[in-house]
Amino acid sequence: MKTPTDQPALEKPLKYYSAVTRAFREEMRRDENVVLLGEDVGPSGGIFAQTRGLHKEFGPDRVRDTPIAEAGFTSLAIGAAMTGLRPIVEIGFEDFLTACMDPIVNQAAKLRYMLGGQVKVPVTLYTFGSGGVNAGPQHSQSLSAWFSHIPGLKVIQPSSARDTLGLLKSAIRDDNFVLCLLCKSLVGSKELVDIDNDDFLIPLGRSEVKRVGQHVTVVAIGAMVRRAIEAAETLYLEGIDAEIIDPRTLSPLDIRTILSSLEKTKRLLIVHEAMSPCGIGAEIIAKVIEHNHKLLASPPVRLTPPFAPSPFSPGLEDLYLPNQDSISETLRNMVPENERL
Amino acid sequence: MGDLTPTKALELHQKMWEIRLFELSASRLYKEGALPGFIHLSIGQEACAVGACLALESNDYITSTHRGHGHCLAKGASPNMMMAELAGKVTGYSKGRGGSMHIADVAVGVLGANGIVGQSAPLACGAAYTAQVKKTKQLALAFFGEGATGAGPVHEAMNIAAIWKLPVIFFCESNRYAELSPYDVHVSVPNVSVRASNYGFRGLTVDGSNVAEIYEAVSTAAADARGGNGPVFIEAKTHRWHGHYEGDPMTYLRPADRDTENRVDPIEQFEKLMAERLKIGDEAISAAKQTAAEIIDAAVEYALNSEDPSPGVMYEDVLA
Ligand SMILES: Cc1ncc(C[n+]2csc(CCOP(=O)(O)OP(=O)(O)O)c2C)c(N)n1
Ligand SMILES: [Mg+2]
Repeated sequence: MKTPTDQPALEKPLKYYSAVTRAFREEMRRDENVVLLGEDVGPSGGIFAQTRGLHKEFGPDRVRDTPIAEAGFTSLAIGAAMTGLRPIVEIGFEDFLTACMDPIVNQAAKLRYMLGGQVKVPVTLYTFGSGGVNAGPQHSQSLSAWFSHIPGLKVIQPSSARDTLGLLKSAIRDDNFVLCLLCKSLVGSKELVDIDNDDFLIPLGRSEVKRVGQHVTVVAIGAMVRRAIEAAETLYLEGIDAEIIDPRTLSPLDIRTILSSLEKTKRLLIVHEAMSPCGIGAEIIAKVIEHNHKLLASPPVRLTPPFAPSPFSPGLEDLYLPNQDSISETLRNMVPENERL
Repeated sequence: MGDLTPTKALELHQKMWEIRLFELSASRLYKEGALPGFIHLSIGQEACAVGACLALESNDYITSTHRGHGHCLAKGASPNMMMAELAGKVTGYSKGRGGSMHIADVAVGVLGANGIVGQSAPLACGAAYTAQVKKTKQLALAFFGEGATGAGPVHEAMNIAAIWKLPVIFFCESNRYAELSPYDVHVSVPNVSVRASNYGFRGLTVDGSNVAEIYEAVSTAAADARGGNGPVFIEAKTHRWHGHYEGDPMTYLRPADRDTENRVDPIEQFEKLMAERLKIGDEAISAAKQTAAEIIDAAVEYALNSEDPSPGVMYEDVLA
């Protein structure tokens, strides 16, 4: 029984993009070494209004518009991190990470190791990625696997406003270079959250079971989490009870939560927007089989876009991305009728 | 020689000898097989490292390159730990994980040599940005070669530094070659320092064999940068005597650069100046050289007598 003192905090709506602003504001108030750099992060407040109000509150030293020089200012942020600041860097679109691969892969990820542990590189780089908004081939990619392949980096991909808040705050307090891959299609989405304190942290490196189920484990990433949950809710009416796991951190990956779910369900579906060859799904399946090649009762399945760039035309992009229908259809094929509820 | 005092002159002189002897030892050890991998030496360029670093405060920062031994030594890194790192020993700066191209000593302001051409510039801007935000009056100096001025990050860094008025000095060692090809394969103008004017800050070209001139140019630039006037670009025309890497047959050398008889030795030249203008006696000059030799011999001893890293070292410091 609840006593009046542990009344839950009042639920208030929080938008995905406002979770970004809120995380930054709280962490910048908490630690004066936290600074924010990027294109249009200053007075304009950003294209998704994600940095609105921060320049006014923290001033031009700590919230600074950069010229269009992704490699230059990412590297600059790393130099600043090595000398005592904790920069947050915005790269508008995930696709533009190709313009700053060297600072991320050869500098940030390796400096601590190469320099004998003398430095830390506490940078949080966030970017808006993935598809679903008809942005075409150069503005819709999910490159998470690339960075999960590099030792020395952490990679997170929040699937909700609440997770964005908690994961970003942890990222900013983390002493490593953390890439936060946000989902453009979730930017305006909102949900009710009951967090009224400014210390809400979600630890990096831990998956979350978003829905408990018994027949099949669905590992869904980013914007696919919501779609998987919606699919699971309808399928439940058909007697299929899916467990949904959101890794939240892609590197280091919390495989244990997935393995213990599979002990129960014996069936694995992975849904992500990134390409399937050499991807996170491939890695999860490899880890599962390495752990116990007899764990699965049926072949694992990856549901991803086809191996082609993301098409622009709305009808094509709808077909391209996994959605509630394709997830449902796949799950129906995976769970035999005689095993359903 | 400006207002160079005899004490300062002897300091510059000894440091140049430390670098020269460190690198001659490295060259010999490399030939003997005691140093693995590849190493890039800056013999002939000592005046640049010394003139630049000794004009800085001890808490100022430098970022360096693949050819960074001189820079690190001049800024105050330990020759013992450097030589041990070159030899891949656990007593090296990186416990044998980095090698010649990744030497750092953050405590004396060396943020690291770097194996990626061009990155020293934006990394230095980051350190300068920290100094600006924290109002510490520190500055950062980025070393790079003329070849690196063709790389995007150097230009991005110059533009940002100019817009933000960062306390940073871009120090280009223009040493006639980038890897295996000459200056004009890489740079479209006779003096690459003119790049600065397009970004709206001061650029100058100095004699890279004249340690006093470099010391003075960097001292002035440092005062500018500390005063909030933003970056300065200094190009030092210098001469890389050895190959790009040790063992480089240098088949590409232009005839003028093959003449080893008549080339300027920055150390010898400075010794003449010390004697003639500052009236420093032979004894003081040879004593400084002798001290340098003892320091470097000890470093070689230290490196060769050090242990190899244990396997566990491989897994440390991947994440903080
Ligand atoms: C991004 C990158 N491209 C190429 C190389 C290979 N590389 C190493 S040193 C070098 C030449 C650099 O020339 P310069 O900047 O003039 O410096 P110097 O070697 O003359 O000191 C090159 C091309 C590299 N390390 N990094
Ligand atoms: Mg060169």
